[in-house]
Amino acid sequence: MSLLVTVNGVAHSFDGDPNIRLLWVLRDVLTLTGTKYGCGMGLCGACTVHVNGQPVRSCQVDLNAVAGKRITTIEGLSIDRSHPIQQAWIAEDVPQCGYCQSGQIMTAAALLAATPNPTGAQIDQAMDGNLCRCGTYPRIRRAIKRAAQGARK
Amino acid sequence: MNPCVRVSRRSFLAIAGAGAAGPLVLGTRIGGAGESTKEFNPNAWLSIARSGETTIWLTKAEMGQGVYTALPMLVAEELEADWSRVRVVQAVVGPVVEPRLVEFFGTGGSSSVKSSWEPLRRAGAAAREMLIRAAAERWNVPVSECGTEPGSVIHRTSGRRAPYGTLVEAASRISVPEHPKLKDRSEWRLIGKRVARLDTPGKVDGSATFGSDVRVSGLLFAVVARCPVYGGTVASFDAKRAMAVPGVRHVIALRDTGIAVAADTTWAALEGREALDIRWNEGPHADLDDVRIAKLLNYFAGPAVADRNDGDALRVLETCSRRLAATYVVPFAAHCAIEPLNCTAWVHSDKCEIWGPLQYADVLQKDAAEITGLPLSAILVHTTFVGGGFGRKAEHDFAREAVLLAKETKSPVQLFWPREDDIMHDHFRPASRHFLSAGFDPQGHLAAWSHRIVAPSLRAQWDWGRKAEDIQRGLDKWATAGPGDVAYQAANFRVDYVMAQTPVPVGAWRSVYASQTTFADECFVDELAVALGKDPYTFRLDLIGSAAPLQRAVLERAAREAGWGKPLPPGRARGIAVCKYGETYVAQVAEVSVDRNAQVRVHRVVCAADCGIVVNPAIVESQLEGSVLYGLSAALKGEITFAHGRCQQNNFHNAQILRFSEAPEVEVHLLGSDRAPSGVGEPAVPVIAPAVANAVSAAMGRRIRQLPLTPGRLKQAS
Repeated sequence: MSLLVTVNGVAHSFDGDPNIRLLWVLRDVLTLTGTKYGCGMGLCGACTVHVNGQPVRSCQVDLNAVAGKRITTIEGLSIDRSHPIQQAWIAEDVPQCGYCQSGQIMTAAALLAATPNPTGAQIDQAMDGNLCRCGTYPRIRRAIKRAAQGARK
Repeated sequence: MNPCVRVSRRSFLAIAGAGAAGPLVLGTRIGGAGESTKEFNPNAWLSIARSGETTIWLTKAEMGQGVYTALPMLVAEELEADWSRVRVVQAVVGPVVEPRLVEFFGTGGSSSVKSSWEPLRRAGAAAREMLIRAAAERWNVPVSECGTEPGSVIHRTSGRRAPYGTLVEAASRISVPEHPKLKDRSEWRLIGKRVARLDTPGKVDGSATFGSDVRVSGLLFAVVARCPVYGGTVASFDAKRAMAVPGVRHVIALRDTGIAVAADTTWAALEGREALDIRWNEGPHADLDDVRIAKLLNYFAGPAVADRNDGDALRVLETCSRRLAATYVVPFAAHCAIEPLNCTAWVHSDKCEIWGPLQYADVLQKDAAEITGLPLSAILVHTTFVGGGFGRKAEHDFAREAVLLAKETKSPVQLFWPREDDIMHDHFRPASRHFLSAGFDPQGHLAAWSHRIVAPSLRAQWDWGRKAEDIQRGLDKWATAGPGDVAYQAANFRVDYVMAQTPVPVGAWRSVYASQTTFADECFVDELAVALGKDPYTFRLDLIGSAAPLQRAVLERAAREAGWGKPLPPGRARGIAVCKYGETYVAQVAEVSVDRNAQVRVHRVVCAADCGIVVNPAIVESQLEGSVLYGLSAALKGEITFAHGRCQQNNFHNAQILRFSEAPEVEVHLLGSDRAPSGVGEPAVPVIAPAVANAVSAAMGRRIRQLPLTPGRLKQAS
């Protein structure tokens, strides 16, 4: 039996193992490689995507659990890097190696969608599950504040 | 087939052309006269199309440190290129690599901007002189009346202007100047400016291609089941259940590392690996544990070999009226780049193509030739964006494995090391022990200083490294260089080394040995200050005197910006440390508190650095900020331990790195300088652990001499 998943507005049917993790469908089947593997245990956040608007660790989600749901990856956040979080990331020179940044951006975008004007503590709570080894955390914090401020104007 | 990463014929030609043409920077143009009429391509580093579009080739791996922007800036500055029309292309290690170009591929040791500073600017300057001459000839005016503005030659007297694209053919006919004149600093338009990183757009929309993002048609995804014990081998295995997993295509025994599973998706490969039945022969290290490692790192592990021995420190220490000694302990640490090790390879009958996050693509080319039996000229190596290297991706065990699997399966293979493999089979920062002694004369002057380092040697593991003169004598100067070059002055000064031997693989971990030795040196000098009742900052200045003005300058700047000596809120304390790494000087002041649960919290870090001329301040600031946080992870959390022959950490729950809420604000202050750039990838890493440890000691009134500074360790000390 094939599963139907909608990724970035496009419906795909998948015939393989229904227990395959969403991450590997995105990367290996649909070639949406912007979503990254980091740990395979939901510990680092590199694989974060949105499922019905909620941030989800795609390395932990079976495909059959998201069948019929709306999945958004970094490629679908905007078509032209125009999302306020992406713009703020550029303005604050956030990325270094860049590998974790898709996950950081998806988590931050979900935070602002739910909490347009987050406190420092709310930012801490939302972002604490996304690891960055290059040490871009202070810039991520500034970028989230910048995006939130921009939205208030 | 439409691979996401394509071989760039231009970049291939650029390298090949440089090889055929002799001199690296000033070689004759590439592709012969026919091609030169389409593009102006005076050397291996750049070409200009008739459209005016300028291509600059990059030989270094972009791993977050900013070379993708900073190195093209060097070429573009002297070329006087229109920066908005510059395109950067990663050079491929192709069939012919000119010997002098090879050195430009290796990415490590904070050396990229330093080693490129002269040659890349000269490459740009040579091209600019040729373009000016071409325009002057066209206008029939003296060269001296011409100059450039970004992207164009101008005739100052008449105001005439020739965009570079219109000069492509004429400039291609001009001989390459051997000694192009570099701009005066006052003429710089790009160097020193906050030029936006060129790799940022692709890193915020997911389009940047990292190693595991490479896709070619028919690609198989592979993982390897590895013996958890070093040196262990496969006793027997049964592939039946693994082969039954849908999507699994191959199960292959690898002589050295384990059993590989290749499949249509990574998921199927992981499921296949799970289904393998393997019996391991764990070999001679099955009982390796921390107790045994501690014995192997013992003070008496072997004969000490001195690297520096001024006067007679050991004798003077015996006779000093006041003598202090302390021992510092630094554990193994893992690299933990968020991008795990991975590499893609495709071995055809007549060529081999490799894509990956590689710090030394040129070295891998030789390895791949050996593995495949193909000539060097048949091996193409593409360096992708590197998702964090930190020294681990300078060792290509993972890439050799990918080539071997591609050869065996006759398919393109993407090998991937899941997080557990990446941590448990890391080449760790060497663990070390440091025995420091200092003696003071009756007037209170430092009379003798001795630092003994006991640590495994990186180079002693490698065939090429074992041949080194120092390694032959039982000395590793990579370990002793920093301690032998501290700023503190004593007439009797000794640094020696004991080469410890453990079965644990070690490697270059961002700053190599400096994070261990600086911790010891800078904590010890702090202890001396406290013992003598002096301020740790002014005590350092007194010991330095006028001997090391640049260390002095960064210390003074960091102390001033941090408000050293000014009151702090209750419960907070400051610590200071300084380090010279290569020719880069860094001082930091950390402001910390220790809570009821003995958890260290770092609130603020002030980092002052002198790294010579700053090519791009925005990138340098990012590097220094990031270095502080990288070092802070190790200072507070990083520790790899062993039991029953196995590394006890395997994922981010037990190999912890700093989290978002734990990161302090880092304030970076760059000292102005006229010295050539000296590198910033590593030099700020070693300073943070001693700065924090010194602050913790000030806060607690007790000294912790062992990293990391975990609550458990702090509780033991109190």
